[in-house]
Amino acid sequence: MIVRARGLERRFGEKRALRSLDLDLGERDCLVVTGPNGSGKSTLLALLAGLLAPTRGELEVSAARGSIGFLAHEPLVYRELTALENLELYGRLYRVRERRERIGMLLERYGLWDARHERVSAYSRGMVQRLALCRALLHGPRLLLLDEPFSSLDAAGAEVLDAELAALAGERALVLATHEPERVRPLATLDLALA
Amino acid sequence: MSAYLGDVVVLARKDLLLELRARDTVPAMLLFVVSALVVFRFSLPAEASDLAAVGLLWIAVVFTALLGLTRAFAAEREQRLLDGLVLAPCDRSAIWLAKSASVLAFLVLAEAIALPAFALFFAPVGWETVAAFALADLGIAAVGTLLAAMAAASRARELLLPLLFLPLVIPIVVGGVGASVQADPGRYLAFLGLYDLVFAILAWASFEYVVTE
Repeated sequence: MIVRARGLERRFGEKRALRSLDLDLGERDCLVVTGPNGSGKSTLLALLAGLLAPTRGELEVSAARGSIGFLAHEPLVYRELTALENLELYGRLYRVRERRERIGMLLERYGLWDARHERVSAYSRGMVQRLALCRALLHGPRLLLLDEPFSSLDAAGAEVLDAELAALAGERALVLATHEPERVRPLATLDLALA
Repeated sequence: MSAYLGDVVVLARKDLLLELRARDTVPAMLLFVVSALVVFRFSLPAEASDLAAVGLLWIAVVFTALLGLTRAFAAEREQRLLDGLVLAPCDRSAIWLAKSASVLAFLVLAEAIALPAFALFFAPVGWETVAAFALADLGIAAVGTLLAAMAAASRARELLLPLLFLPLVIPIVVGGVGASVQADPGRYLAFLGLYDLVFAILAWASFEYVVTE
């Protein structure tokens, strides 16, 4: 198991964002998390990424910090840097092997190669989301946590992501929080509906 | 060790590049410190001694540093980028060290303008004052960066940073003014050096706990 949670709970002050969750996620599982706004999907992903600590319960994530890929609501890229500079920065911090080739391949795949020298502040929302996906995938994570990955993507971008997820499913542990569960349902080995 | 230093260099280079492009911290610091010295020039009585002016120079620099520190984590705060850096497998103290280095660079730039401006408005500055500022900058950058990271996580960051920072830089002001005006600046410079050492170690060791829950 790459993730094991028992009675996992997270509160923000008086508000309980996630209540008593049990979860076992295998190395090659694909978990699809659904639920309305405020049901705790993003909180669960932040807990799994290690950005939040549980208020109550147990959480064991056996993936090391550097082997987790996290796509959050925020793209986590610097707006005043170019796409290439952002990926170079993260590539160095994550000690990505053959960094330049990997960055070039991702930028090409996500249709950002021609805009690689433009500052992110000049990007459309969809392009920023594509870059955020490149950042999350850059180091080939063992555990990939994607929060609304299809958000802001156009049809072409969504197709690229479909293909990427299909290739990763069965190879890596995936956790997908989405309002479009039907899109990723064929990949799912586990479902979690938060209320 | 080389990987650690490599991370520091990469992160510091990123901060300098961001400032070079956005130019929203250093110009404000330069304008502030020169404005403060002009205000002091006209607010001090004509018969006031240069010793009083030296004290005001230190106050101007401390508040200029505070201005820079309020912007130190602006990019990370506004776009939650600290999460991205914290998730990376590098030692988190490298984030502190890199940010301290960029704060230090901005502060040195501000002082490169402030000290000649002070000499123009008041009196020339001696080697002991320059040495005191060099040592003070290290302490200000070390402590200030840690506190700026703490404040960045708070909703009341504009209030919190001055409330935390100013009490902690009182020893720097004491040591800096002492080194600038006393006949024997050696012990004040040694005091500033000791402050730097103690607080740099404390900040380096505690940064991880500041940026994680």
